[in-house]
Amino acid sequence: MCLAIPARIVELEGDKAVVDAMGNRWRARTTLLPEAKLGDLVLIHAGFAISLVDEEEAKETWQLLREIDDSDQTQEKLSG
Amino acid sequence: MKSTKHDKILLAHGGGGQLSDELIRNHILPTFKNDTLAELADSAKLNLASKSVCFTTDSYVVKPLFFNGGDIGKLAVCGTINDLAVAGSKPVALSLSLIIEEGFEFELLEKILASTSEAAKKNKVSIVAGDTKTVEAGAVDKIFINTAGIGVRLAGVELGFEKIKVGDKIIINGTIGDHGMTIISQREGIKFESQLKSDCAGVAELTCHLLENTSGVKFMRDPTRGGLASTLNEISRGSGLSIEICEADIPVNPTVQAGADMLGFDVLTIANEGKFVAIVSPESADDCLNICRNHPLGRKASIIGEVAETRDVPMVEMITRIGGRRIVQMPYGRELPRIC
Amino acid sequence: MLEKIYKAQKVMDEACGALGRQINIMEVCGTHTVSIFRNGIRSTLPKQLKLLSGPGCPVCVTGQSYIDTVLQLAERDDVLIATYGDMIRVPGRGGSLETRQPGANVKIVLSSEDALQLAKDNPEKTVVFVAVGFETTAPATAVVVKEAVENGIDNFCILSGHKLVVPAMRALVSEKNHNIDGFLCPGHVSVIIGYGSYAEIVQRFSRPCVVAGFEPLQIIEGLSEICRQLAAGKAELKSVYAAVVTEQGNTTAQEIIAECFEAVDGYWRGLGKIEKSTLKLKDKYSRFDALKRFDITKTLSEDTSGCRCGEVLCGLIEPPECSLFAKNCTPEAPIGPCMVSSEGACAAWFRYGQKKAVNNEVNQT
Repeated sequence: MCLAIPARIVELEGDKAVVDAMGNRWRARTTLLPEAKLGDLVLIHAGFAISLVDEEEAKETWQLLREIDDSDQTQEKLSG
Repeated sequence: MKSTKHDKILLAHGGGGQLSDELIRNHILPTFKNDTLAELADSAKLNLASKSVCFTTDSYVVKPLFFNGGDIGKLAVCGTINDLAVAGSKPVALSLSLIIEEGFEFELLEKILASTSEAAKKNKVSIVAGDTKTVEAGAVDKIFINTAGIGVRLAGVELGFEKIKVGDKIIINGTIGDHGMTIISQREGIKFESQLKSDCAGVAELTCHLLENTSGVKFMRDPTRGGLASTLNEISRGSGLSIEICEADIPVNPTVQAGADMLGFDVLTIANEGKFVAIVSPESADDCLNICRNHPLGRKASIIGEVAETRDVPMVEMITRIGGRRIVQMPYGRELPRIC
Repeated sequence: MLEKIYKAQKVMDEACGALGRQINIMEVCGTHTVSIFRNGIRSTLPKQLKLLSGPGCPVCVTGQSYIDTVLQLAERDDVLIATYGDMIRVPGRGGSLETRQPGANVKIVLSSEDALQLAKDNPEKTVVFVAVGFETTAPATAVVVKEAVENGIDNFCILSGHKLVVPAMRALVSEKNHNIDGFLCPGHVSVIIGYGSYAEIVQRFSRPCVVAGFEPLQIIEGLSEICRQLAAGKAELKSVYAAVVTEQGNTTAQEIIAECFEAVDGYWRGLGKIEKSTLKLKDKYSRFDALKRFDITKTLSEDTSGCRCGEVLCGLIEPPECSLFAKNCTPEAPIGPCMVSSEGACAAWFRYGQKKAVNNEVNQT
């Protein structure tokens, strides 16, 4: 009942953040996660960060994060 | 672009009088420089290379009008070109009809006309006929466009559902969902910044190349509204055969996937505007794939599945990334973003 | 990833073989229901393993009277309804938000913050935020209620439909459906409440409770762990979603829920009245409660006859066993919320082509 995806905090002022998920930038609040810092990977649900995301576990858990990791490593140059 | 003393469209611009004339002579003709249009005849006279032609029409009401990768004008050209292309023809000429709301800014109209012209030039078609109507504020939402197009059928090419056989391979020329997600990302209420870009493009050069250099193409369709899911279901129904695709082989831009995940959408159902699905014979599949990959609009082309025996009723099934199987239904209605 | 899946499948096969009977695992959460279908997970499971869809679809378990109240409020000229997309098609008396009030005063929002902003941008109207969702979503509502207080935004109120998962699980396993062998627990609710919250279900009812995320590998690993426990005669509390779920959960979020809300008895479609299972704004925030603001006494509306959403929500039947399924009740013309909500079991079964009740086989019409 809860769509939430991992995203990285790329801007943070107070509890107002901008997070990046694979090139999509969303506004989000860190009100529920006061320990969040710039650069952290967080879980976003309905416009709020609800958890920090463990970076290593994240790659094991989310297919998309694995793909980005793989493609960074192989440096694919094909364009769409 | 000629300047105008009006910065907004008035009803009189569609009234057939002086202002209409000014609109045509100062804005439309100079943008779409061609002799046929310049005649300003009631109909365009065309000399076509063949008596066998394809003819299609489509209307464009996209919101927002301008989006990353294109606008309503470019879409109106490419969309109609693509319908001609996938039917096995070389697009030659388009008509362009505009229905404009009173009060629409001239500057925006000029931008749209410019990109319409650019798209036509790039895809080597001429805008040979047109019409402009203006309506009271509120009667349309800013601007609606209709284009109709004629294409000359390529010699010896016969495409159709009846040609499709079990074992035929299914090719798509690139990533799915780019256009639809881009539009969604720029809609009011959802707006988010993104690297997303519409794939809006005319594919005729590639499809003609494919048809002229191989003999194995049986059928093509462009997966616009309803996405790949819709198109594959149409093909399955039309041919009476089943389709089996592999999720791992379907190219998806990670940014598109992430956007879809955030909003709860299924990428298979999201619109594309620069893509086509081709059903090809198994022996020609590799050649077709290589031809696509050697073209700028097909670099990420992929064989995504094949036509299969029907067990009970024709259906589209997908082998998922984890080796599971699920049915891909015809999408129904409008996808709404959800949080749950 | 595929190796991990094969490994988990092997564990499941062995466990199911050892048990020698049908195993029923309830996947509580609607997002799990959708992911299971989208990834074709049922087709990879052992034949004896049956997945039951549970009441974890907030739209599905919301009573008829709630949506009728929203529709009633939507008719007022001085009201703007702010809602997540999930609710827009739920049928109530005379239509849904989508059909009854096309465009006009109903706005889809992606966050509670957007709803509050709507109030700031429209001072002449009162914004009613349709606050549905479980514990994952309740904190977001609490944050904006507090902000409304702090910033004096009085033209804002909420119609709370927030529900709590553990009371529902307790009601299910103790009364409604005794055939549940184990629970696949909701990943993101657990981010908030912590996996420790399911200890009661494990200890009192001896049912394995495993928290999993929504990626297919997560779900398969979660199911595999439940099977492993069942075969070993155990009932344990576990989480395979280590990336984001901890035992204690998000305490900041828990505190803000506790500050603004209290748990009261509530009505769940299909499950009836469940003690202390829904969230109501505390007295100090009551002026932001739409029921008080508009002086509404919610009456229990009758559910449509023939609709068996209730039994679907308890995992007692599969959607195709309802005589309305795919005939009178379709996504285009839904009768019950399980068909409307994208996460409802009926919509998922219909959308992913499952027209017959199955035991893990992909079936055609």
